[in-house]
Amino acid sequence: MSFEAAEPAMPREHYLNAQRGAWSWLTTHDHKRIGVMFLGALLCTFLLGGVFALALRLELLTPGETVMGRLAYNRSFTLHGVIMVWLFLIPSIPTSFGNFLLPLMIGARDVAFPRLNLASFYLFLLGAVMTVWAILQGGVDTGWTFYTPYSTATGTDVLPVLMGVFVVGFSTILSGLNFITTVHTMRAPGMGWMRMPIFVWTLYGTSIIQVLATPVLGMVLLLVALERVAGVGLFDPARGGDPLLYQHLFWFYSHPAVYIMILPGMGVISESVSAFCRKNPSSYRVLVWSTVGIAFVGFLTWGHHMFVSGQSVLGSGTFSILSMLVAIFTALKIFTWTSTMYRGSIWMSAPFTYVLGFIFLLFFGGMSGVAVAVTSADLHWHDTYFVVAHFHFIMVGASLMAFLAALHYWFPKMFGRCYPEGLGVGTAVLIIFGFIATFLPQFLLGNMGMPRRYADYPEHFQSLHVASTAGASLLGFGFLIIAAYLGWSLRHGRVAGRNPWGSRGYEWHSDSPPPESNFHAPPDFPYRPHDYSRPDTQPEVGHAA
Amino acid sequence: MRPEASVRPVVPQARHFGDEASRQDAAHVGMWVFLASEVMLFTALFTAYALYRYAYPDAFHQGRAYMDVGLGTLNTYVLVTSSILVALAITSVRAGRDMRAGMFLLGAWVLGVGFLCIKGMEYAHHAHDGALPGAWYDFDDFAVPGASLFFTLYWVMTGIHAIHVLVGLGVLSTLVVRALSGRFSAAYHTPLELGGMYWHLVDIVWLFLWPLLYLA
Repeated sequence: MSFEAAEPAMPREHYLNAQRGAWSWLTTHDHKRIGVMFLGALLCTFLLGGVFALALRLELLTPGETVMGRLAYNRSFTLHGVIMVWLFLIPSIPTSFGNFLLPLMIGARDVAFPRLNLASFYLFLLGAVMTVWAILQGGVDTGWTFYTPYSTATGTDVLPVLMGVFVVGFSTILSGLNFITTVHTMRAPGMGWMRMPIFVWTLYGTSIIQVLATPVLGMVLLLVALERVAGVGLFDPARGGDPLLYQHLFWFYSHPAVYIMILPGMGVISESVSAFCRKNPSSYRVLVWSTVGIAFVGFLTWGHHMFVSGQSVLGSGTFSILSMLVAIFTALKIFTWTSTMYRGSIWMSAPFTYVLGFIFLLFFGGMSGVAVAVTSADLHWHDTYFVVAHFHFIMVGASLMAFLAALHYWFPKMFGRCYPEGLGVGTAVLIIFGFIATFLPQFLLGNMGMPRRYADYPEHFQSLHVASTAGASLLGFGFLIIAAYLGWSLRHGRVAGRNPWGSRGYEWHSDSPPPESNFHAPPDFPYRPHDYSRPDTQPEVGHAA
Repeated sequence: MRPEASVRPVVPQARHFGDEASRQDAAHVGMWVFLASEVMLFTALFTAYALYRYAYPDAFHQGRAYMDVGLGTLNTYVLVTSSILVALAITSVRAGRDMRAGMFLLGAWVLGVGFLCIKGMEYAHHAHDGALPGAWYDFDDFAVPGASLFFTLYWVMTGIHAIHVLVGLGVLSTLVVRALSGRFSAAYHTPLELGGMYWHLVDIVWLFLWPLLYLA
């Protein structure tokens, strides 16, 4: 690893300063600017969802009413779930980092439909605003799943939230459509499918799920809206309808949605494991085909949400086995990452710390997923905190760790400046510790029988709830530190140079930050992505502070 | 048909693509992916239809017997014919005859409007009988369990299809204007092809709805 002698210079003109003024941002067709705007919007929704999370943990600190009443509690957990799932986790990595990096990684000047890309951003904003407006109207108490018949009968105003999520779904479909087309038609000359960076592969798999599953969600939300407005009766047993139809259609989308959250994260991890171990992935093909496998099997598992709904034993057994198949593909990925680390030259940077957190949380959350996929065990854990802990480990732990890894790994690429590395590693450790402290007690609570969605509990659960709330506070504190040092680095961080990590990812061929049309000359990628076996032609490593 | 129509320069929109051909490729791929998502949208409704037809076979049989097969079949012919006209428009514009293409598109548009008018007549008839969806269902002659579900699905499925027809009519009307003003040529007619694909989807969805809702 050679260190450059001189301080790198910031490129004179780049996408951030090529055009000036707020209007140039709001009307931009540049995928990088749209990615940055998405990132900003997502951080706002994450903050809002996080505030509701802390409010919930505060309420659960002691038995009985602590800071809010029952109805306020129900509304808070609904809005925490709605905001975090629909407005943060599902769009998070694809729309921000995917938008920014996909064209760079395949050597294209932009995505296939730049105007559609901007439209997708505005649709997201519109949906987010509608949802937040619902909060100001007094809130919704259905939970993020909008289960019928409760969601069609409750007196709270569900319509704006349903419509908000519907609009966000449109944004998701358009982004997915754009990414699929970009990958199919805009790869640089000579880049075959088996030479695409793995992050691109995972974005491609995610986009297919988005395009095929989201319309089903859109339709079912529309039907719930019609049920509320016109009493159409499709989900109302009094009119001969079947509330279970809602669950089938809802989970047909919402289980694959978990893979919309996690697949891009797996792509981020695959990229950073190679970069920070200075080693080729031990099998590119396994990483690719397990991505395709997860995207496919993800469509066949929705019934495991309905083990206690009265579906047939044959149905439950089938969904149980199909759900376990996901674990096989996930294990393939975990084995590939760990064997990539084996005898690698590991650089314990902040992104790599998050990688380790990701692998631990994914492994733990995944194993608890196999446990709840077992029908008999699920009967015991169903609708308890065990499930809450399980899906937070998988959905939140893993995708959030990947989001933070991506944020730190590509921060120099996006803004041309480095952040203080020591602080980054320290905060990463704090975040991982805080996360485990928050959700590990919830596994125990669930196993002891604490049901989810309850504002109150018997006294003997209190010590575990206190531990969980303490962990959540650590987590919130960690995010504040990250916001502080990344905000500081935007202006005052050391100039990064083209490739501060010495990574072989294709996106680092361009300047940091990249010029407006991504490359000064048509890009040429002479080696496979993630190829660390050949000598580096552009040594520019000098990041470690 | 004006000869200069076909020699217009190719629209220079290939900015971030290598060339105009890859731009057209991308447009086609994008449209196919979009149509796939549209199919999934209707799949949710077909699933609901299958479930309730399984649960209430008698009501669904009688419901279909009540429908006016004549009007439904007429509408099928109307929509298929308009789809053929769109296909003929594309063939014409490929041969550089965009005036004729414009006339074909206009014909397709008129048939599309005709489809909605016939549909509207049917709706008025159902409303008169009280065969409205859900809570508004008030059809005393036909009160078997599940009947209101059949009509709910009928209204939702044909209603969402009709919204697609409306969107398609909007697309067709811009295509008519562009074709008649000579914006397309043998070398450049991607919007026409994409709009045509959308119109064919609307047609194909109806070809599934027609037997499910009308043919007992």
